[in-house]
Amino acid sequence: MAIFKFALTELPPEAEALRAEVREFLRETIGDRAAVQRAASWGGWDPEFSRMVGARGWIGMTWPKRYGGHERTFLERYVVLEEMLAAGAPVGAHWVADRQSGPLLLRFGTEAQRERFLPAIARGELYFAIGMSEPDSGSDLASIRTRAVRTDGGYLVNGTKVWTSNAHQAHYAIALFRTAVVPDRKHEGLSQFLVDLGSPGITVRPIVDLAGSHHFNEVVFQDVFVPEDMRVGREGDGWMQVTTELAFERSGPERYLSSIALVLELLRHEARNPTERGAAVVGRLVAHLAALRQMSLSVAGMLQAGDNPNLEAALVKDVGTTFEQEIPEVVHALLDVEPTIDDGTMLQRTLGYLVQRAPSFSLRGGTREVLRGIIARGLGLR
Amino acid sequence: MSPAGELRTLLADTVTRLFTDLVTKEALESAERGDWPEALWAALEEGGLTLPLLPEAQGGAGGTWLDAHVVVRAAGRHAAPVPLAETIVASWLLAGAGLDVPLGPLTIAPVHPEDRLSLIAGAGGWRVSGTARRVPWGARARHVVLVADANGMPAIALAECGAARVTPGRNLALEPRDTLVFDDAPVLATAPARVGVDDPLLYGALARSAQMAGALESLLQQSVRYATERRQFGRPIGGFQAIQHALAVLAGHAAAAGIAAERAFAAADGGDAAFEIAVAKVRAGEAAGVAASIAHQVHGAIGFTYEHALHFSTRRLWSWRAEFGSESRWAIELGRRAVARGADQLWADLTAR
Repeated sequence: MAIFKFALTELPPEAEALRAEVREFLRETIGDRAAVQRAASWGGWDPEFSRMVGARGWIGMTWPKRYGGHERTFLERYVVLEEMLAAGAPVGAHWVADRQSGPLLLRFGTEAQRERFLPAIARGELYFAIGMSEPDSGSDLASIRTRAVRTDGGYLVNGTKVWTSNAHQAHYAIALFRTAVVPDRKHEGLSQFLVDLGSPGITVRPIVDLAGSHHFNEVVFQDVFVPEDMRVGREGDGWMQVTTELAFERSGPERYLSSIALVLELLRHEARNPTERGAAVVGRLVAHLAALRQMSLSVAGMLQAGDNPNLEAALVKDVGTTFEQEIPEVVHALLDVEPTIDDGTMLQRTLGYLVQRAPSFSLRGGTREVLRGIIARGLGLR
Repeated sequence: MSPAGELRTLLADTVTRLFTDLVTKEALESAERGDWPEALWAALEEGGLTLPLLPEAQGGAGGTWLDAHVVVRAAGRHAAPVPLAETIVASWLLAGAGLDVPLGPLTIAPVHPEDRLSLIAGAGGWRVSGTARRVPWGARARHVVLVADANGMPAIALAECGAARVTPGRNLALEPRDTLVFDDAPVLATAPARVGVDDPLLYGALARSAQMAGALESLLQQSVRYATERRQFGRPIGGFQAIQHALAVLAGHAAAAGIAAERAFAAADGGDAAFEIAVAKVRAGEAAGVAASIAHQVHGAIGFTYEHALHFSTRRLWSWRAEFGSESRWAIELGRRAVARGADQLWADLTAR
C-alpha cells in the first residue's frame, strides 16, 4: 500500500519575519473588523484590499520576477496565506487568480499569456473565476458538454457553466470546454481557455445562495468567440491540466481555518464564563487546529521541495473541512444560543453566518466524496 | 544525510526488523497469558534500543527525542508487549537527574494525576511512601523511577519494583498495570528533579501518543490489506465506495495523530513541550476511537475474534487513549490555557510553537 508521508516542516527565519509584517499590515487595514465580517474570509471581495496586498508583494509570491512575481518560497507564501485567513482578511478578489489561474498559466500558458496576465494578477488588479461545473456535470466533471468549435482565428463557444463564483465581478475565467467528442472517452477532447468575461455572447446570471448572498453565477455562452491564443496548453490536454489545477487548491490553510472566527468568539465567551466543560471543548478544538496546521505546513514543505503531495493534500482537505464544519455543531452542543442574522451577540451572528456557510466547505473545489475517492486511490484501493 | 538522520534511519531499520521477527502473533498471545518475552527484551537491549536518549558513554544511543520517536512509534505499530516506552522515559528522567541508569526494564510512577509519592530522609537513607496506581509493568519491571515530593521539592528516585507491595492489574490489552504501594520503602538513589512532579504523566503521555500513532498506522495498513483481499459480491470489498470512504477517514485520523505526535517529540527536544504533548494526546485519543471503529467495521466479524490479530492494536488503542491522562484531561488543560491567554492570543500562540 502506498503510504502517505507528512514530514515535520520548520518555517525558516525569513518566513517568521514576514509574519510580523503581515500582522502589522492586517492590524492597519482590517484591525477594526467584527468577527462576523471576518468569517467571510476568502469569500470577501474587496479590490482595494487586493491592490494593497499586491503592492506589498504578497500575490504571485513564488512566481518569477519577470512576470511580476517575487521569487519567494512556498513557505513564505504559506505564512502570508495563513495570517490572512486566520485574520479573516477579504482576499476573495485575488484569491483564485493567485492560487489557481496564475500557477496554471505559469505551468501551461504561452509566454505571451504569462506576460500579459501574470503581472496584473500580482498587482492585485486582475481577477479570475473558474469555469468548470455545468448544469449536468458536477462531480463528474469530465462529462461537460460546453463546446468550443474551431472557427477562423479561434473557437466559437456554446453552453452553460454553473456555480461560477464571482463571474459577475471577475475579469476573466479559466474555463474547461469540449473541443472534441471522443466516443466512450470523456476525459479526452477537453481543453482550457482564458475567457474574457466581458466578451459578446456571455450572459452572467446570479445564483443566490441559501443565505441570500450572491457569489455563484450561471454563465451562458452563445456563440462566444475565443481567440486561438487564449487557449491554455494544448488542445485535448484539458483534463490533465484541470486535475493539476485542482491539486493546487487542496491543502492550503483555507481548508481548516474557515470557521476560526467562531472558535475565537467561543473563546471570548469562555473567558467571560469559564467552565470545565467549555475548556474541554475549546482545548479539543485547539488540538485539532494545531495538528491540522502541521499537516498543512507539511504539504507546503513538500511543494517547496518540488514533490507532488497529491494524497497528502487530499487528506488535509478532507480532515480540514470536516473540522471546519464541525465547529458550529460543537458550539450548539456546548451553549444555549440561537444562530442569528442581524441581532444577538457577535457569537450568535458569527454562528448564524457559519451554520449557513458550512455546507459549502465540503462541496467547493471538489466534493468530499470525490476527495475520498482520490485518497482511496492513493491508498491503493482503486 | 545528516548524522542525526543516519541514527534515525538506523534505529528505524533495526527496531522494525527486530519487531517483525520477534513480535509475532504467538509472542503476543504468550505475553497475554502472562509470559515475559525475555528474548525480545534481550534483543532490544542488545540492539541499544532501550536507551536512545542516553549518551553513548552511559550505554545509550546518544539520540534526541525525535530519534526516540522512531523507536516508540514502532513499538506501537507492532504492539510490542514490553515496557520499552516506559524504559525510555524512565531512563531519561534518571539521566536528567544525574543518576545512573540500571540495565533491565524500567517503569515510571506515579502515572495517575492524583497519585502522589513522598520521600522522607531516614536513618539509613531516603525512603518512599505512597500509592501509585496502574503502573505499567509495575511488578515485571526491575526498577521503577519515581518522581516524588521531598520536603516540598520534586525529586527523582530509583527503587526496586520489589520494594513495593503489588496488587496486579491489567489494561484492556492485558498489559500489566499494577498498583504499587510504597510503605516507607527504601530507594536505591535519589536526586533533586529538574522536572515537575507531573512529568511522568506528561512524558508518559508523549510516549503513548507516539505508540498510538504507530498503532493507528497498523490499523490502516491491516484494514487496507484486508479490503483488497476479502472478496464479496464478486469483487474485493475495497472496491466499494462505502469501504473506500471509511478507509479515507481512517487515513486522515492516522495522519493527523501521526504528525501531532512527531511534533511533540520535536518540541521535547526544544525543552518546553507541554502544549504539543497535550495536542498530541488529545488528537491521538480521538483518532483511536474513530479508527478502531472503522477498522473493525471493515474487517467484519472475523476482526472481532481473538483468532484475528486486529485486536492487538485496537485493544491497546482503547486503553492507551486513557492512560497518562485521557483526551478530556489534556483538552481541559489546553482549553484553560487558551481561555486564560484570550482569543486575541490564540493564533499568535499557535504559530509561535
